[in-house]
Amino acid sequence: MSALTSLTLKAALDGLADKSFSSKELTQAHVEAVANARALNAYVLETPERAIAMAEASDARRARGEAGALDGAPLGIKDLFCTEGVRSTACSKILGDFAPTYESTVTANLWREGAVMLGKLNMDEFAMGSSNETSAFGPVINPWRRTGGDAQLTPGGSSGGSATSVAAELCLGATATDTGGSIRQPAAFTGTVGIKPTYGRCSRWGVVAFASSLDQAGPIARTVEDAAILLKAMAGHDPKDSTSLPVETPDFPSFVGRSVKGLRVGVPKEYRVDGMPPEIEALWEQGIAWLKEAGCEIVEVSLPHTKYALPAYYIVAPAEASSNLARYDGMRYGLRVDGANLTETYERTRAEGFGEEVKRRILIGTYVLSAGYYDAYYLKAQKVRRKIADDFDQAWLKVDALLTPTAPSAAFGLGENSDDPVAMYLNDIFTVTVNLAGLPGMSIPAGLDANGLPLGLQLIGKALDEGTLFSLGGALEKAAAFKAKPAKWW
Amino acid sequence: MAIDAATVRKVARLARIAEPEDRLEPLARELSGIMAWIEQLNEVDTDGVEPMASTEAVTLPLRDDVVTDGGDPEKVLSNAPRRSGDFFVAPKVVE
Repeated sequence: MSALTSLTLKAALDGLADKSFSSKELTQAHVEAVANARALNAYVLETPERAIAMAEASDARRARGEAGALDGAPLGIKDLFCTEGVRSTACSKILGDFAPTYESTVTANLWREGAVMLGKLNMDEFAMGSSNETSAFGPVINPWRRTGGDAQLTPGGSSGGSATSVAAELCLGATATDTGGSIRQPAAFTGTVGIKPTYGRCSRWGVVAFASSLDQAGPIARTVEDAAILLKAMAGHDPKDSTSLPVETPDFPSFVGRSVKGLRVGVPKEYRVDGMPPEIEALWEQGIAWLKEAGCEIVEVSLPHTKYALPAYYIVAPAEASSNLARYDGMRYGLRVDGANLTETYERTRAEGFGEEVKRRILIGTYVLSAGYYDAYYLKAQKVRRKIADDFDQAWLKVDALLTPTAPSAAFGLGENSDDPVAMYLNDIFTVTVNLAGLPGMSIPAGLDANGLPLGLQLIGKALDEGTLFSLGGALEKAAAFKAKPAKWW
Repeated sequence: MAIDAATVRKVARLARIAEPEDRLEPLARELSGIMAWIEQLNEVDTDGVEPMASTEAVTLPLRDDVVTDGGDPEKVLSNAPRRSGDFFVAPKVVE
């Protein structure tokens, strides 16, 4: 039944609707694909019995004429989302065998529309990382390899399990989250589509917190249309998250395929960074040409504070993380390592439970928030953040959206960037500005590099204007006609 | 600004993370490297700029002050590393 796992989400939903196959057949095919792909380490928990039971319930609903927008479609869920009664660990040892007694709003929205859960997807620990190497379950392997090579490559991070499972046909679509680029960079590294919506579009309730003013959920999918279908189901106002925006969710799929004639697309000159591979520069030029052919007007714009976004992020995100992760005290859930007294119990629990990158970020966050440094670092970073957001506001006076590369390189080898934290942080150079400003950003697969690895282009939109991104993304997807798939070796 | 081993020891204590003595120097070097890279923020003129804590212009909504959840100790305690009856068990803090 391998053909069933190769379908787009849209094609699978159409096939279910016209009774070409049942959800049980579709789900069984995926359960088998997942079980045969453990070499990729994409799933940290497979839930085949639950998947089949959900599929049977879906088939029964469809027979009664009560099918939802995603009814019967098997999806993968990033392990950052709490799923009721199903182990949710954020890929950290400190959560141990934590089994939530509640369901995250985003996943509840998916189940309300009839989706089927295949299992929980691997990720960097607490979503802190750009290569999936910080996961307590070990790294995810990218299904893509360099032409003629067999080196193991990263699928990017932190949503590496989500990206790999979509690229390797281990689900029809996946949930992901993005705090500094964790949806878009893995999408670019695996030839998939990923969108981080406007901050507040998706509820953060039940999503394990990393940096609350930046965290946002979104989908990774095979096509722009599939991403639109998933985001429509995931999004929506939620009174349980006070930062969830009280706005209607547009019919995102209806924006895909619309004409983009006359749209003004900005090209920010500051994104031409030193040392960018010529292939990425060339792909960017190609993307500009495609949008021109589709009738867009291309405008050069300036975002002068771009280079300060990453250092500002590495104050703001660790500061918020050090506060959010204070909850892991070994008393109420997760790991406890006993010490001679309460303080020692806290210290030993957290020393053993957190991995090195998470500890590094908690220490940075604690340092920049500590007495004497708060103004110099934290307040300074928040002011720079305002300047970065202001840059975008200026750009929106001239253009409707921006086009940039998604990442400064193609997928790199496991272990290649792990010695130098700052080198790893630079992966997010093109994506992190969007999180700081709260804007929507989407990565679309646009071509292959000389080694046969996928490269992505990023579209950035105005707040709450995902619709324009879906239209432009659809136009880029059509022009790029990206059909390459990783050769199956696993 | 360079971070020394004594500062790492103090910050780790504040963060309630046990760091062995032989990790303090390597951590001090790592964190100093990251903070040196962050220093470039000082190039930005931020005089008179309002700090940005949230991307949303809206004020936080208030809900009615009514009970919406609770009364289920089994759910609350179901993941406790140690429990006794309807209580979490924590190390003794008062002699």
